[in-house]
Amino acid sequence: MSLDQKVDAGRRQLLLVTSAAGGVAVAATAVPFVASLTPSERAKAAGAPVEVDISKLQPGQMMTVEWRGKPVWIINRTKEMLDSLKKTDGEVSDPNSEKPQQPEYAKNEGRSIKPEIFVAVGICTHLGCSPSDKFKTGAESGVSADWPGGFLCPCHGSTFDLAGRVYKNKPAPDNLEIPPHKYLADTKILIGEDGKA
Amino acid sequence: MTTKAQAVMDWIDARFPLTSTYKAHLSEYYAPKNFNFWYFFGSLALLVLVLQIVTGIFLVMHYKPDASLNASGVPVAFASVEYIMRDVPGGWIIRYLHSTGASAFFVVVYLHMFRGILYGSYRKPRELIWIFGTLIFLALMAEAFMGYLLPWGQMSFWGAQVIVNLFSAIPVIGPDLSVVIRGDFVVSDATLNRFFSFHVIAVPLILIGLVAAHIVALHEVGSNNPDGVEIKKKKGADGHPLDGIPFHPYYTVKDIVGVVGFLIVFSFIVFFAPEGGGYFLEYNNFIPADPLKTPPHIAPVWYFTPFYSLLRAMVWPLFGLDAKFWGVVAMGGGVVIIAFLPWLDRSPAKSIRYRGPIFKTLLAIFIFAFAILGFLGTKPPSYAFFGVIPGAPVAQLFSLYYFLFFLTMPVWSKIDKCKPVPDRVTG
Repeated sequence: MSLDQKVDAGRRQLLLVTSAAGGVAVAATAVPFVASLTPSERAKAAGAPVEVDISKLQPGQMMTVEWRGKPVWIINRTKEMLDSLKKTDGEVSDPNSEKPQQPEYAKNEGRSIKPEIFVAVGICTHLGCSPSDKFKTGAESGVSADWPGGFLCPCHGSTFDLAGRVYKNKPAPDNLEIPPHKYLADTKILIGEDGKA
Repeated sequence: MTTKAQAVMDWIDARFPLTSTYKAHLSEYYAPKNFNFWYFFGSLALLVLVLQIVTGIFLVMHYKPDASLNASGVPVAFASVEYIMRDVPGGWIIRYLHSTGASAFFVVVYLHMFRGILYGSYRKPRELIWIFGTLIFLALMAEAFMGYLLPWGQMSFWGAQVIVNLFSAIPVIGPDLSVVIRGDFVVSDATLNRFFSFHVIAVPLILIGLVAAHIVALHEVGSNNPDGVEIKKKKGADGHPLDGIPFHPYYTVKDIVGVVGFLIVFSFIVFFAPEGGGYFLEYNNFIPADPLKTPPHIAPVWYFTPFYSLLRAMVWPLFGLDAKFWGVVAMGGGVVIIAFLPWLDRSPAKSIRYRGPIFKTLLAIFIFAFAILGFLGTKPPSYAFFGVIPGAPVAQLFSLYYFLFFLTMPVWSKIDKCKPVPDRVTG
């Protein structure tokens, strides 16, 4: 088209409108592709509750079960372990569990339904590693000389006390998550359901 | 050429630009005559890309991206890699070529990038070559990261867990974004399958496209050289640069020497140290993935560790956002800032041969800082040098230096005392 020819405004407008409509149609085809990246119905349905028998769990012992592909810890805390929680109150960043990292019935000193039985998702709230249990107190734990017992994340060094409360100035921002759970019997826990919803 | 062969060539050339493409990119592509050792790494990177594609094609014939457990209780993906290693004829060498090739790729690419910094190869008019190069580096990191998940070992699983969770640190969209990346609420079979798809189809296609753009842009403006002078400014009567020689045969022959040298070193590692002392293949990755137990020490493969150190250096929340988010910003920024070098560098001379003492000193410290960051990234955060100097503050100090080197470059590169740059290359 030479410069002295005038642009046919009507045709130009039609061209722009057609291009825009075509562009919208092309963009819309992205919908099923993006949708296919989200969790499938099977993945969403995989969150069935898990029943756990804790009758053989001795005081001071810990067991791990899998729920929704994540490790869930169950710890039978001794009296010394529970006492250590009072000492760590001042050293943890959310001592009263203000952040919604637990169901309402676990928003207490021990972050549990029964004081001694502690149930938590064993996934660090920083980047998702599973912390190691460091139940031995003091220097023997390899954490610090005045270590009261708890958990140490091997990836970036976050530490948690025996109620899964994160220590101050650590990479992890929140306390460990307490999953919904309920007691079916005195020594039988159902993880993933609390009978409320 | 015989008349018959010439007739065939003419027939093709009338329909496809074969002869003219051959001339433009090989026999009449004039490259500076003073290329040295540092100029081997571009062609070597191309060689390793081909090696990875060919070995990858053969590995896919036997590998199975399946996280479910087989009859012996071992994940199918993990078992298929062991099957390749033990039962597939020649499988072990193809797999070791591929796993060692990944590390070799980063060795040659890091040296290739360093060459660019030494001789100012990113300066005008080569900014786009440099940007394509940075994109290649990013694509390569994505390719390596997703490939590392495929053996479905402990490091595969927990490395992916940590890196995907990084995205959840992005405000507002982060948590949903990490679910979309994984295709599940945890790293699972869905994640393994999509990483396999990206690793063998999507990212290699992008890489090949970017490499083509990198080379087309290079051949448009012509290569830089160790003197950092433009050879196109001095042309002979025939219209070719006085200091240029045709790429073929001069540099094809030279690059073959580089290939032989590279293959000697590479073969030695493949045959005698394919695990690279735990740096090329980490020992924890010989344990099948266990979603319930993190290994006591996890670290990325060596080529990611400098950037991993940048990530860990950020431990303070800022402006109401988690430290985790700022760690991600530091790591991403550490890569992206490289792309801005063409505009950060204001030096009158391109090549280190004519640049002043400030550049030389700061670059030496930069290389040292980068190496120490890389070393610390392989260690747990509690590591201390000689058991006394704590590693974490050192990493923070060098991370600060990493960014200051780039951010203050417009100032110091301008005031640095450069030597006069010659008109012609010095040989």
